[in-house]
Amino acid sequence: MAIWLTKDSKVIVQGMTGSEGSKHTRRMLAAGTDIVGGVNPRKAGTTVDFDGAQLPVFANVAEAMRETGANVTVIFVPPQFTKGAVIEAIDAGIPLAVVITEGVPVHDTAAFWAYNVAQGERTRIIGPNCPGIVSPGASNAGIIPADITGAGRIGLVSKSGTLTYQMMYELRDIGFSTCVGIGGDPIIGTTHIDALAAFEDDPDTDAIVMIGEIGGDAEERAAEFIKANVTKPVVGYIAGFTAPPGKTMGHAGAIISGSAGTAEAKKTALEAVGVKVGKTPTETARLMREIMSAG
Amino acid sequence: MDLYEYQGRDLFERHGLPVLAGGVATTPEEARAIAERLGGRVVVKAQVKVGGRGKAGGVKLTEGAEETVARATDILGMDIKGHTVHKVMITVTADVAEEYYFSYLLDRANRTFLCIASVAGGMDIEQVAAETPEKVVKAPIDANVGVDAATARRIVTQAGFPAEVTDQAVEIAVDLWQAFVAEDATLVEVNPLAKTAEGGLLLLDAKVSLDENAAFRHPDHEALVDQAAVDPLEQAAKEKDLNYVKLDGEVGIIGNGAGLVMSTLDVVAYAGERHGGVKPANFLDIGGGASAAVMANGLEIVLSDPAVKSVFVNVFGGITACDAVANGIVQALALLEQRGEKVTRPLVVRLDGNNAEAGRAILDGANNPLIQRVDTMDGAAERAAELAAAGV
Repeated sequence: MAIWLTKDSKVIVQGMTGSEGSKHTRRMLAAGTDIVGGVNPRKAGTTVDFDGAQLPVFANVAEAMRETGANVTVIFVPPQFTKGAVIEAIDAGIPLAVVITEGVPVHDTAAFWAYNVAQGERTRIIGPNCPGIVSPGASNAGIIPADITGAGRIGLVSKSGTLTYQMMYELRDIGFSTCVGIGGDPIIGTTHIDALAAFEDDPDTDAIVMIGEIGGDAEERAAEFIKANVTKPVVGYIAGFTAPPGKTMGHAGAIISGSAGTAEAKKTALEAVGVKVGKTPTETARLMREIMSAG
Repeated sequence: MDLYEYQGRDLFERHGLPVLAGGVATTPEEARAIAERLGGRVVVKAQVKVGGRGKAGGVKLTEGAEETVARATDILGMDIKGHTVHKVMITVTADVAEEYYFSYLLDRANRTFLCIASVAGGMDIEQVAAETPEKVVKAPIDANVGVDAATARRIVTQAGFPAEVTDQAVEIAVDLWQAFVAEDATLVEVNPLAKTAEGGLLLLDAKVSLDENAAFRHPDHEALVDQAAVDPLEQAAKEKDLNYVKLDGEVGIIGNGAGLVMSTLDVVAYAGERHGGVKPANFLDIGGGASAAVMANGLEIVLSDPAVKSVFVNVFGGITACDAVANGIVQALALLEQRGEKVTRPLVVRLDGNNAEAGRAILDGANNPLIQRVDTMDGAAERAAELAAAGV
């Protein structure tokens, strides 16, 4: 088992025929993901060959779900079309939408999130601007390299892509139940808290690594949530201790404004609720290793 | 992108909001022309993206063109908290009776927008909220519903705006929301929103931030970038589609992925504490595909900072294979030499992940004395800091 994405997940790709979409569809298929088709209204009715796998193209998400039983969509469409693509997925009532696209205007994200809330949050949205979600050995929805680590009993939730890969690599001998990259934008669908809650309930996850970065107060709120709701051990890492205020560090959301959003404040909040916070990714991995070997 | 006050004022004016007549000057002569056009008493305000201008002497009331020119001359070139004043805004004055506060902003925690309104304006709103929270109304705004007259009236009434300005405040609240959406802003803040002695409302200050991700639908926003304030290296990097932020240190940083690069800055700073206090010189994320050309561009930018004494290339091969990255580094050094820029400062390279062994073999095989391979992130940071300290 794992959270949100399992070997039984049936995945479609919105933007499958684009360059990024087709590249990663091929990689997801190679990782064993059960990809059942793609969506592109202009190419509906055709099929696309991926190294021998013939994937049908549908006019919209609702049709794809009807025809294939798809329950996950991975979205690779360009930023100017992302809002429309996500709303289409919400309208179809798909349970999980993974939005990989980078550079989505925050008004668009706010709009599709408000729309999702208004529809009763039938769709779990991960992202935008995220690497996706992988349950090693079972399924991979997004751009996280599938071969870094095998299945195991650590859960990982992270704002950053490459730091996720680094942490998966450091702990590859232990393995992960699910790794979720939630993205570094100011507004995101799935939060640290959502992932912490799911890992807490997942019988196949024993401990959780949480990776945050400067900006906002998501880590502080996660700390409050951990105090009240999480019994499994949590290890944390925060990037950006030396980032100067007022400078955006790569991710649109990674900016210290005034006294808010500093790495120090996040570390303090997490440590206050018993989360061990590493100074570097390697030290963080060592802390997790100690927990897992203490059993 | 944060706008200057005068840019925010212009933006408000374009959206039909009531602001003071005025203009912006970069020289005393331009200030004279504006003062003569406006006539009478004016206020000269330093344009810097930092608070506390008044206390620093960057805001002056003047009467007549000569006095305006004199004060503009004083203020232009002034240093306010490390910001040099290059422009002054000159507006007519208002006879202010009361000061209120009004803003729309992004509410990250609640994944929506927020309206903050208060009749205790003219002061730091965070302080007002901390000391007298009952005087501050915070109303979440549904992105798909927005602010119509009814919503605006509810907020304005709840905030306790006096009855005689309610209708005007409602109209401003609606228009300001429309400007916020139309411009893809993440913040529009008016402090103070003033009631004049004549009873009219005026937006006397403008703090506006625009979403750079929305630039594709706002070609006009490009012109709002203050080219003089942009670091030339940051500008050069942007033209090459590289995400570079200049910092004040000696260890050049190149990595893939924003989070990993941020983490690299930290690890280098920690290592620097043991090596004469050297620090990271920059943030540079070369993204997923670290080809030779991208690596060469990245190295060129990082090395054109004369403060850089060593470079730490920190790559985790995820989608990109490390052998491709290693080839990229070796070719980049050759490419830079072809461009006539002989590299003399050492490169510490850490490759991990996809095809790391092959990548490391390529680096070793290149036999380039400038390239030092260290296989752990912490170890490589230590070495880069040590080399930078030795090179200072």
